[in-house]
Amino acid sequence: MWVLLGIGVILLGFAFRFHPLLVVAASALVTGLAAGLDLTAILAAFGRAFNDTRYVSVVWIVLPVIGLLEHHGLQERARSLIGAMKGATTGRLLIAYLLLRQITAALGLTSVAGHAQTVRPLVAPMAEAAAEAERPIDDATRQRIRAMTAASDNVGLFFGEDIFIAIGSILLMKGLLEQNGIRLDPFDLSVWAIPTAFAAFAIHAFRLWRFDRSLRARGVRR
Amino acid sequence: MISLTHVYWLAGGCFAIYALLTIADKGQKRRWSSAAFWGLLALSMLAGDYLGDVGNGLLVVALVAIAGLGGLTRGSHAAGEAAAEGEFRRAGAGRYGNKLFLLALVIPACALIGTFLFKRIPHLVDPGQVTLIALASGVILALAIGYAWLRPSAIAPLQQGRRLMDAVGWAAVLPQMLASLGAVFALAGVGNAVGSLLSMVIPDGSLVGAVIAYGLGMALFTMAMGNAFAAFPVMLSAVALPILIHQHHGNPAIVAAIGMLAGFCGTLMTPMAANFNIVPAALLELDNRNGVVRAQIGTALPLLAVNIALIYWLAFP
Repeated sequence: MWVLLGIGVILLGFAFRFHPLLVVAASALVTGLAAGLDLTAILAAFGRAFNDTRYVSVVWIVLPVIGLLEHHGLQERARSLIGAMKGATTGRLLIAYLLLRQITAALGLTSVAGHAQTVRPLVAPMAEAAAEAERPIDDATRQRIRAMTAASDNVGLFFGEDIFIAIGSILLMKGLLEQNGIRLDPFDLSVWAIPTAFAAFAIHAFRLWRFDRSLRARGVRR
Repeated sequence: MISLTHVYWLAGGCFAIYALLTIADKGQKRRWSSAAFWGLLALSMLAGDYLGDVGNGLLVVALVAIAGLGGLTRGSHAAGEAAAEGEFRRAGAGRYGNKLFLLALVIPACALIGTFLFKRIPHLVDPGQVTLIALASGVILALAIGYAWLRPSAIAPLQQGRRLMDAVGWAAVLPQMLASLGAVFALAGVGNAVGSLLSMVIPDGSLVGAVIAYGLGMALFTMAMGNAFAAFPVMLSAVALPILIHQHHGNPAIVAAIGMLAGFCGTLMTPMAANFNIVPAALLELDNRNGVVRAQIGTALPLLAVNIALIYWLAFP
């Protein structure tokens, strides 16, 4: 049971905002010591695992291509594409963004959009503008709209990306199952992310539709 | 035969060039330690198999020390460069139009097609690693088309890649670190300890009880660790493998894939997943740091219930 101390280290480390890499290393150390391993053995175990899981970090090789495309105006083009949509309310705009984010993530384009790239400069201002087009909004409402925009990005990303076969989590599952004698193709795993992707879209889009109604109801009361 | 080693060479080459570009960046603070970080990653990709287990362990300690002590910084940007870059991008968006999306699609298209195609030529491509090799081929093809069409300078794509890599920073190795922590947990028997704790909770022999414990456990562990990657190995060895897959003969692909997604529901509900939940709250200047988490709970809880139901219905026909 002492080996569970490592999980405690993770909990406390994050709660007290230590550097996540330090927290992970400390947790490995504590877990190893609790299991009766000596320092060299812990170092070797972690080093071997780090070398064996290099495939998790291989995804970064796409960055030069994405960077090149951004340099030549990919994001600006995406902005004008979204900007061309008419009759937008906050909810509808975010539903469209949710769908776009899910589809692009499912194609492996996880870093074409994101909180820094699209949410802050583009989607959040547009979502606020869509609400303001009907009635002026107070600061609390503005904050709710911004939080909902960030939430839509996360939901779209999380429940789209696992449909792509070369994403880190799929490769991690494949690797771990293989260690336990179960050989699977990434495709076998990614196809089962599809039912949840539909459910995530339905649930979050329903909430965004209700969010629109609550914004409108506020306006009427004013 | 083309294998994962060649993909690692490609990744190692990229990291090595980032390290060199960092050394050359005279305006960057702590450029030597930052260059060392990317250089060590390059070393791991290029020669990890020759370093030995302890050597690799020391490499990780060095990575953690550099990042943990604040030695990893971003590249410098000359004043006025941002405005010129914005101008250049707007011009590019007008000039190249929607074809930019097509080039962006080359990588996923290649990864998908290559995965099926490369299996037909097992003597040329390692059949166990087709997806990553296909992904790497897609990157090379997209770069080739990009060079021919957009005519950037030879180093430009790598400079742009470095810009994005700097923005990701130490978080780039966090998934690999957590996967490695999972291996240490496995060695120390953390999964067994959690399993014996959980077995006190799960009604003996109850499939529904085990599925619910697995789904809830994935979400709770993910919330505790901030990352479903760290929770998955623990829950796999504690509940999924012994009870769901071996005892009840559940489909391993479904149990694993949807279990991971139950974990993602946990990611939506925890401040520990800083990149997704705390960073945007800061970026959007929210008064409440947990504002994004709050906005997500209403989606995460019903979706978690759906995932648990899906595992029960789909994996155990």
